[in-house]
Amino acid sequence: MEKNILKDDNDRVDGLLKVTGKARYFAEYELPGLTYGVLVTSTITKGKITSLDTKAAEKAPGVIAVISHLNKPSAAAYEQEGGPQMKIFYTDKIFYNGQPIAIVVANTFERATHAASLVKATYAKETFNTDFEKALKDPKAKKFQGQADYKRGEENAYKTAEVKLEERYFLPIETHNPMELHGIIADWRPNNQLTVYAKTQGVKATQGTIANVFKIPMENIQVNSEFVGGGFGMALRTWPLEIATVMASKHIGKPVKLVITRMQMFTMVGNRPAAIQTIGLGANRDGKLTGITHRAYGETSAYENFTEGVVNMAKFMYQCDNVNTSYAIVPVDLGVPIWMRGPGEATGAFALESAIDEMAHALDMDPLEFRIKNDPETDQQKNKPFSSKNIKEAYQIGAEKIGWKNRKNKPGSLVEGAWQTGYGVSVGVFNANRGKASVKGILKADGSLLLQSATSDIGPGTGTGMTLIANKLMNIPVDKITFELGDSSLPPAPSQGGSATLSTVGSAVNDVCVALKSTIAELAANSNMDATSNFVEVLKKNNLPQIEITRESQGGKERDQYSMYSFSIHFVQVKVNSLTGVVKMGKIVSVGDSGTIVSPKTARSQMVGGAVGGIGMALTEESIIDHRYGRYINNNFADYHVPVNADVPEIDVHFINKPDPYINPMGAKGMGEIALIGFSAAVANAVFNATGKRIRTLPITPDKILA
Amino acid sequence: MINFQYLRTTTAKSAIALLGKDKNAKFLAGGTNLIDLMKRGVTAPEKLIDINHVPLKEIKQAGNKIHIGALASNTAVADHALIKEKLPLLSWALQAGASAQLRNVATVGGNMMQRTRCGYFYDIEMPCNKRQPGTGCGAIEGFNRMHAIFGTSEKCIAVHPSDMCVALVALDAEVILAGPKGERKLPFKDFHRLAGDTPQLDNNLKADEMIMGVEIPVNNLTKNYHYLKVRDRASYAFALVSVAAAFEIVDNKITDVRIAMGGVAHKPWRLTASELFLRGKEASLTNFNQAAQLAMKDAKSFGGNDFKLKLAPNTIIEALSLAKAKA
Repeated sequence: MEKNILKDDNDRVDGLLKVTGKARYFAEYELPGLTYGVLVTSTITKGKITSLDTKAAEKAPGVIAVISHLNKPSAAAYEQEGGPQMKIFYTDKIFYNGQPIAIVVANTFERATHAASLVKATYAKETFNTDFEKALKDPKAKKFQGQADYKRGEENAYKTAEVKLEERYFLPIETHNPMELHGIIADWRPNNQLTVYAKTQGVKATQGTIANVFKIPMENIQVNSEFVGGGFGMALRTWPLEIATVMASKHIGKPVKLVITRMQMFTMVGNRPAAIQTIGLGANRDGKLTGITHRAYGETSAYENFTEGVVNMAKFMYQCDNVNTSYAIVPVDLGVPIWMRGPGEATGAFALESAIDEMAHALDMDPLEFRIKNDPETDQQKNKPFSSKNIKEAYQIGAEKIGWKNRKNKPGSLVEGAWQTGYGVSVGVFNANRGKASVKGILKADGSLLLQSATSDIGPGTGTGMTLIANKLMNIPVDKITFELGDSSLPPAPSQGGSATLSTVGSAVNDVCVALKSTIAELAANSNMDATSNFVEVLKKNNLPQIEITRESQGGKERDQYSMYSFSIHFVQVKVNSLTGVVKMGKIVSVGDSGTIVSPKTARSQMVGGAVGGIGMALTEESIIDHRYGRYINNNFADYHVPVNADVPEIDVHFINKPDPYINPMGAKGMGEIALIGFSAAVANAVFNATGKRIRTLPITPDKILA
Repeated sequence: MINFQYLRTTTAKSAIALLGKDKNAKFLAGGTNLIDLMKRGVTAPEKLIDINHVPLKEIKQAGNKIHIGALASNTAVADHALIKEKLPLLSWALQAGASAQLRNVATVGGNMMQRTRCGYFYDIEMPCNKRQPGTGCGAIEGFNRMHAIFGTSEKCIAVHPSDMCVALVALDAEVILAGPKGERKLPFKDFHRLAGDTPQLDNNLKADEMIMGVEIPVNNLTKNYHYLKVRDRASYAFALVSVAAAFEIVDNKITDVRIAMGGVAHKPWRLTASELFLRGKEASLTNFNQAAQLAMKDAKSFGGNDFKLKLAPNTIIEALSLAKAKA
């Protein structure tokens, strides 16, 4: 197979647009007659609305409509029985505090905001519980199986091992909080024609959801989402607030814009659910794992179940003949969660990779050596070879760059004044996906290539990656290639999630380019031109202004023959102040083993972003609820702490950059998730190495160090 | 719409006159806290008197005192050559607060007037005696990790969020207040109040008064000083505990010492007993330890903030040690 490793460090194709403010995000579209929606939210956690007084709001200046369950604008699917419990404006039930109960539409945002404050609801309150740990302890509280139990060999084999441990790990709710606030502009026109400007990770998914709710053909709906100011998973579904805005536009016959507030970002667009996990590990005295048990409980909502892959990693990451896992979800009276970067695997890796470190310590082994000793040659879960795996090389590179030799195996060995230094390592792993996507390529006689697909770019640099794939194959300069996305009328592609876009859409770009090249070669042969002739000359000779090819692409039987994963190794050095409990990140080395690196600059950015998100997960982020009221306490950017520049040290990113021979024509595997998965465990492990204190509850804040 | 009148004036005299006319009027300076509070529905003044054009931005030395106008921005004070040279502790404290963008517009007077960051105070759907007396305190049995351990009352355990004020109280500042009948001076330590039975009152500024500026005596605390702010992230976070520490050493003995804490009380918390203990003693770790223990007498925690009973003395020790190491 031909290698497609690109040597040039190309800039983002849309970088200039972004830094000059010319990239237009959904909220920046000004439509004629645009109106503004503001949501009214419940102030109780569970119960029923008994009355909703909208009179004062309706009379307020500039108000066009107040929409709620009282006037239910038509949404065909919601008029039927069944479907989701949370049918916005079709139920008087309150499922959580902060649930949208009405939308006020006015001719300015400020007027809508004020009028929304005039809507008064009364409720019949019911008892509720928002406390996950309390629900978990309550034998009467509901619990659902989230994933089938898994068993290989003997169950709970760790219990009889020569060296064993069993520990419990807690992860609080985290909120995605991309910089861009969520919302939508909906413009419902006569004859059921709808245009929306959305913040979405999938224009086709948004189109499909809206079509389903309003029972109109997909073709009637145009979804535009060219630029997205961060998603991290929260834009992977069409939320009730978006349906509410479409309803409002349909109701008043005018375009409606809704941008929710930062506080509403905590209650309306999901979060990383809290999780409680128990890991049991057993090993013999030589350091070989003999038993792994991973049991997890994840938080979900009372009105909708949400599951993710919390216990996946335990099944294949280490060589071990006895592995069993279980995963259950526990409903509480909060908004439904959604995948957040690295999703469940990041949650699971915190527990598993902390426990691996604990076991290495119990065995008095270097945790890196322990991992290498238990590194499997094949995937024991699937009983298949890995398509590619260079994890030992990645360990080596990372260890050298972080200065692992300076680490002492005995915790608390490196002390300077009040500061203790420690080193930690952790592995991240995520499915190397490849789905089905279509791309249209238009090769023009002016020397340019236009590629189109209804995929998204929430920030990783999708357009850049696709452009570079085409650039390499077609030998057309980057500035002559345009990749269009974020438009539902383009050839279909899946949502941007699960680190699959480059693999999935990139393969279709590859296939289109290959087809275009062979068409040009045919045309050249037919017109007696040299086979190596430039396509511009070939098109001109044939009097063709352009040729156009669309290709659908997906993986084949190789996906059944091999176990395909992307891997990352995170090495961190931390400094912990023994008096104040402050943890400072000293240095970070992240090594990605994700096949060919198509776009080095944006790939590095992915890894840097993942590390920053990982610092947040490890040290600062936690959404706090007062369970007496069911309301968030720190729902703003001053009190919900995402890492700031001062928290982020030098991040040294390396790639193995070896093509995977099976995954796709580029040999490239996804890396959005692995950039974060495992990172928090590396920090917790480094904190232990620095202090001898094992923190099993994130985030690792000063109070936990001092406890 | 919640209407309010926006007025602008260019003299302190007319500002005070305008304020006197309306019980529900407020001065608008940087607006970094007031506008937030208005947006959240915590406060709804009928009049906003914009005082940004009143000439109160001067930073100067007069005799043995340094005068800072109430409308000098936090950045202007922190970066001023005179402050950096003569009052470096104040410069450091200011730089530990907020973010560069906020410091550029936030003023000295506004910093003193900022309200607590307690989540219950900000959420109008929750009980809060400070926002709405008589509704109860959400924090006492709720989320109180950020809350006070000194001088608390059954009504309120909120903390004052300022860093600047911690340094000012350590530096024996005085605040100059002006009302319709003229000016008065108040020791800065008496400017903020404890919550007591009136948690709605943050300070002793009278309803018809305006903050004109602060005066800080010139001192010899320019060598051994440190402002240590312990927080959940390295910038743009309120203090879990902060300590302003400065001392003067002559012949191996501490001759003058100032210690104050932030994030522990409804007002900046001066550690008088610790200072008294250290005066005349050696700047040693043993003495710092004892001084820190003395500071913790009467501390009381509420569950979520239990860790402050350990963090506070540790931070005092670390701040004093860093101040000593600076020489």
